[in-house]
Amino acid sequence: MSALSVRDVRFSYPGGGEVLCGLDLSVERGERVAVLGPNGAGKTTLMLHLIGILTAGAGHIEVAGTRLEDGTVREIRRRVGLVFQDPDDQLFMPTVEQDVAFGPANFGVAGDELAARVHRALDQVGAGHLAGSAPHHLSGGERRRVSLATVLAMEPEILVLDEPTSGLDPAGRRELAGVLASLDVTMIMVTHDLPFALELCPRSVVVNGGRVVADGTTRDVLLDRALMTANRLELPMGFDPTRIELP
Amino acid sequence: MSGGHTHALHVHGHSLIHRLPPETKVAAHLAFVVAVVLTPRSQVWAFAVHALLLLGVVSLSEVPFGFFVRRLGVEIPFVLFAVFLPFLGGGPEVTVGGLELSREGLWGAWNILAKATLGVGASVMLVATTEVPELLRGLDRLKVPTVITAIAGFMVRYLDVIAGELRRMRTAMAARGYQPQWIGQIRGLAHAGGALFIRSYERGERVHQAMLARGYGGRMPDLGTVRARKTEWVLAGVVPLSAWVVAMIAVAA
Repeated sequence: MSALSVRDVRFSYPGGGEVLCGLDLSVERGERVAVLGPNGAGKTTLMLHLIGILTAGAGHIEVAGTRLEDGTVREIRRRVGLVFQDPDDQLFMPTVEQDVAFGPANFGVAGDELAARVHRALDQVGAGHLAGSAPHHLSGGERRRVSLATVLAMEPEILVLDEPTSGLDPAGRRELAGVLASLDVTMIMVTHDLPFALELCPRSVVVNGGRVVADGTTRDVLLDRALMTANRLELPMGFDPTRIELP
Repeated sequence: MSGGHTHALHVHGHSLIHRLPPETKVAAHLAFVVAVVLTPRSQVWAFAVHALLLLGVVSLSEVPFGFFVRRLGVEIPFVLFAVFLPFLGGGPEVTVGGLELSREGLWGAWNILAKATLGVGASVMLVATTEVPELLRGLDRLKVPTVITAIAGFMVRYLDVIAGELRRMRTAMAARGYQPQWIGQIRGLAHAGGALFIRSYERGERVHQAMLARGYGGRMPDLGTVRARKTEWVLAGVVPLSAWVVAMIAVAA
């Protein structure tokens, strides 16, 4: 059974054309998958489908065999954690500690167990010392790591990240890569940062025009020039995927 | 608590007053203000006792006296009209320094000035010794409806974000030569205001999505905070209780 299975999902925004046009995707337990593609390809729309924020017009989504529908959407949201692109959207509580507690508390975790989860999640991202801080007093990198902690505290089976490196400085990006690499969880990551995808995700899918147009090892995808050009993907100047030592 | 000490109204410290649980401080503040309001204006001595009680809190809290006095300044626009009462009030008049002033107006002005100053003073002390998140937590524990505290919490959280967006927008306008000096150029500012509204609205939608993603079901979760102990309630009760005794004696007189 796949950790995640997306079958022939179609979706249109009201008054707009089709954004997802029969998208298929399977992710196995423990896999790390990068979702690549140009702006407007439907990547973020797909991420919002995985937790039932948007509802597919056709097709279906299953998480470890549980079909996403009205009756199961809460259960799915407990098992799939989405880290939004802008930490200012993700962090809305007055303190970091309260924000990290928000998710698990919604699912009935309380008392010592809640405190332990908050503590553990903040430690996982190296932000234990920020527990009492207000989110708007944190740096960009700190906000990003705390955003991740708010989702880790829910102990999700699948971690979904939307543009995790956007707006990070190089050191913040490296620190985030370290944190993500240390997590033992199924991971799906939308990104334009191709070296980051190569570093963390053995597998990549390319989404364009609302469907998956390529699926393979990240190195193969990045080395396929025709595919890259057709999907407006470009490597940074001088970056050679063949020269990178992968774990 | 680390960090988050940068709020302009807050004075970082570890005094007895700082350490009291927020709900006891909020309740004490409210009780004190009600006692002050109930005190009849003619009992001047009672206001002196209230003021002494408040000054006692200031000295215990280690909040610099200068800071306290400067913060009292926020009441000036509100009590300004009290200055006019002695000139505008009717009834019997007294002559002070060659000016004919209304006796009733003088009492009215004194009433407003004394009560407003004590009330504002108590509020200044509350926020100077309690961080905003703590304040919200205190209100939560006092059973203020979650929807109110949640809205207040979001306002505090996003005020900086929205102010930042406005700042960037104004910079972008200035960078392209926009200098609003006369009324004809107000158009640009109005557009910026509209854009800011739309952006804030969209931000609200995204925040709501982020809340749903973490299992929000329409009610803010109970984050299981520790409640105040009896001794802390007693400690916080000393000042408002004294104020109530004074107010009652003053009413009886």
